[in-house]
Amino acid sequence: MLQRATHISSDMPIWQKFINLNWGLVLLILMIAGIGVMALYSAANGSFEPWAIRQIKRIVICTLGMLIIAMIDLRFLHRLAYIPFLACVILLLCVEFIGQVGMGAQRWIDIGGIQLQPSELTKIALIVVLARYFHAIGEENAKNILMLIFPTILTLIPVGLVLMQPDLGTALMLLLNAGAIFFISGAPIWLFLGIIICGMGALPVIWQFLHDYQKQRVLTFLNPETDPLGSGYHILQSKIALGSGGLEGKGFLQGTQSHLNFLPEKQTDFIFTLWAEEWGLVGGLFLLFLMGLVMAYGHWIAYKSHSKFAQILVLGVTINFSLYVLINIAMVMGVIPVVGAPLPLVSYGGTSMLAVMAGFGLVLSASVHRDSKIPRI
Amino acid sequence: MYNTLDSENSHKLTRRAFLIGGFQLIGLAGLGARLGWLQVVHGEQYKTLADKNRINVRIIPPQRGQILDLNGLPLAVNKQKYQVFIVPEQTDDIRKVLFSLSKLIDLSDPEIESVLKRVKEKPSYFPIQIKDNLTRQELSIIEVNIPDLPGILTDIGYFRNYPIENAGSHIIGYVGEVSKSDITHDPALNIPGFKIGKVGIEKAYDETLRGRAGRAEVEVNVVGREIRELNKQPAQTGDNLELSLDRDLQTFTYERLRESVSASAVVMDAFSGAIYALASFPSYDPKIFGQGLSTKQWDELVNDVNKPLTNKAIAGQYPPGSTFKMVTALAALKKGIIDAGTTFFCPGSFKLGRDTFHCWKKEGHGSVNLFSALEQSCDTYFYNLATQLKIDDIAEVAEEFGLGQKLGFELTEERPGLVPTSEWKYGRFGERWAPGETVVASIGQGYLLTTPLQLALMTARIVNGGQAVSPWITLKQGREFVSSGIEKMNINIHHLNLVKYGMDRVVTGESGTARGSSIYEVGMQMGGKTGTAQVRRITKAERAAGVKNEELARKYRHHALYVGYAPQQDPRYVCAVVVEHGGSGSKAAAPVARDLLLQAQKINPAIKLQERLSAGQSVSIDTL
Repeated sequence: MLQRATHISSDMPIWQKFINLNWGLVLLILMIAGIGVMALYSAANGSFEPWAIRQIKRIVICTLGMLIIAMIDLRFLHRLAYIPFLACVILLLCVEFIGQVGMGAQRWIDIGGIQLQPSELTKIALIVVLARYFHAIGEENAKNILMLIFPTILTLIPVGLVLMQPDLGTALMLLLNAGAIFFISGAPIWLFLGIIICGMGALPVIWQFLHDYQKQRVLTFLNPETDPLGSGYHILQSKIALGSGGLEGKGFLQGTQSHLNFLPEKQTDFIFTLWAEEWGLVGGLFLLFLMGLVMAYGHWIAYKSHSKFAQILVLGVTINFSLYVLINIAMVMGVIPVVGAPLPLVSYGGTSMLAVMAGFGLVLSASVHRDSKIPRI
Repeated sequence: MYNTLDSENSHKLTRRAFLIGGFQLIGLAGLGARLGWLQVVHGEQYKTLADKNRINVRIIPPQRGQILDLNGLPLAVNKQKYQVFIVPEQTDDIRKVLFSLSKLIDLSDPEIESVLKRVKEKPSYFPIQIKDNLTRQELSIIEVNIPDLPGILTDIGYFRNYPIENAGSHIIGYVGEVSKSDITHDPALNIPGFKIGKVGIEKAYDETLRGRAGRAEVEVNVVGREIRELNKQPAQTGDNLELSLDRDLQTFTYERLRESVSASAVVMDAFSGAIYALASFPSYDPKIFGQGLSTKQWDELVNDVNKPLTNKAIAGQYPPGSTFKMVTALAALKKGIIDAGTTFFCPGSFKLGRDTFHCWKKEGHGSVNLFSALEQSCDTYFYNLATQLKIDDIAEVAEEFGLGQKLGFELTEERPGLVPTSEWKYGRFGERWAPGETVVASIGQGYLLTTPLQLALMTARIVNGGQAVSPWITLKQGREFVSSGIEKMNINIHHLNLVKYGMDRVVTGESGTARGSSIYEVGMQMGGKTGTAQVRRITKAERAAGVKNEELARKYRHHALYVGYAPQQDPRYVCAVVVEHGGSGSKAAAPVARDLLLQAQKINPAIKLQERLSAGQSVSIDTL
């Protein structure tokens, strides 16, 4: 049954696939990445060193990777779906034993000089396996609670490993992302409502398990003025930077908050602040608009896809992307607590870039192979 | 079995995807709205906060104005000092650099440790002072070796310098650290290490001399490092202050006083009240207050019985003794009790009721009139006047001549002295004034207290023909000579002439008490009056035993006073000298006054003063 399925439509030669790529999305991604490079150039006070130049290299390499992934037949991806997931789980286990300690938590693994954050890659791998599973069981079975046990286990394995690092933020992201996939795949609505109610009930218990710095972040978020020079400082300075940008911004390379180092982590988590300080509301809305276009593209490609695997995969990647965008920007604006989520494609960082680009590679592949019909197993 | 979009279930998927898309859209729109809220609605408020973050205001200290003498010679100036700093971030090994430096200049181990300690308290870009007062030689040694001393920085600072040092400290005063009570709205006062006037002219004219602080707005980064200067408003140097003081005469006066243990003197212009010299000994080095003095130094100054910190010329209060006799005489002349020819017989003592008052000369002076009474300082003559005078008559004249009151002098340390009246005594002791007390007061004893400045002023008003001059020391608008607008005193000029003649004879008369202090230079002879003020009553036993005052412990010895003027013809300079516990006025005070008046006439600062005042009048306030 599986073998026959591979012979169905859209067996194009590589060059034709290349031409048929969704170049609009590629261009959009490169524009957003370009904004990131500009912001990093500014973050270094108008210098390509140390961030912008490395980010450019990453963009080039990751874009190539993305295009290569886009060429891979969706059916092939479908068949091998569990392999990247297994690899990621193994990598996460490696972090436990040989990982580098960064920011008080083990998140990094050093492979031949490249520092890798397996938790980032895990998100994409999880999307792929969940897409495959829900594709396989079909919509009607998704309502069956028993059929949801296996994907729940699939989700909880990486979540548990990430929590052990400990990295609560990424674990929550994995959960949210998986939850969204359950939702679009047709899991019963009452399940989500139940989880939300239980989750709220469990908040006091979770609170007990939080690290002090995590508790502090939540408390500071709830009452930022109590400690303007401590944990609340970052958010306050970020809001000052954003607000002082005004409608038109202070101009490229003119951001005082970022250049005088009042803004923390300006090249990573707070890069949106740097951008909006220098380019104002106009620049900030433009970036939000580009992000929104990427999401719209995702929905369009999902809508046009002929297989459930492709649809769930594309929507999963899009949701993952939008979660990061919304959480990161909400955080720098002081809407939610500081959680340490990068702005995808813009923030300085290799693994995040790799994971996001790989995800969009899958989206592009789904776009190219939108006519593929994939059998349920 | 294939899964296609045609199935009903796939519509569900699209519907839920649509829901997710809705969430995403709402999320993005919400963030856009939040961005607008921060950047447009509250933009101005956050702009202010951002500027507050990045802009530091640095106050630039003003240079203090100079204090100059009558001839424009400096009395207080700002001198450069050389300082050496280390900038920790510019060197890898601070200890090593300091060690290398200690081989070049005198730098002790505790000093090095202190630097290392202070380095830790400040951000690494902040220059830490290693040494404050480098010699020029040390500076050049450091500068030659600067390539081998990474992080070492030399700079120029300023300190207040007083060229005549101890000689002028009581007038000029000194500057010191700003204390809490000195803080006003002036931002300069908050500058670390800023100095303000604490005593003397430095204090009285602090606001004139201080200048105005400048301000620079500098952009700083999050750790406070200055990135660039945004704008700068330079500091305004304080105004210079010119004094009527003659620096050479001042130094001379101080040096002359140094021959005694504790003394003070004033040299004044008889016609304008300008102070040419005013000194008090012992004194102190005004520079040490600017540098910060040790507890030991301070204790020594405070506990010294000769009170070096007190300006005795204006704050020392002494019984005037016989220098008061002119006042008694003028009161008697005014009341018509005596005239030039009235004589009294002096047997050496005087009886009033049961009390006996002694003349200083046991054998008595025989028959004395006003002139010989002043010449020989006969006490009995004035005792006789006292019996016919009320204390209030004497007090009225004393006050007319500036005694018993603050004179509105520019140095705030001035004291009022005391001229007793019957009312005063009743208020103070609840007792009526006794006639015997008038007798005591007539020769300047009893409750009477005067300052050397008051005595000099009294003398000026006697010899300038009754012009109510007041003492002053700064040359500024409105300073005048007698000719223009100084008020005439309510006194008969003829009486003043009689008294002055008596005072001339104190020096030139056959038996004058200051005959030994004659000035022999032609046309420079002085006149005056000696005074010997008792510190305590001479007991009967002492008088009977013939105990000489010089034999007593120093603190019981008489104060020696002299008030004088020169030349006798048209006096220009007046002078008052008090030598604490100096013994007799004629022996201890008159010679000092003689030297001061002679030197004043030789230097003749009055000519310069006249020039300055007439030049000043051409730009008087009216014409501006």
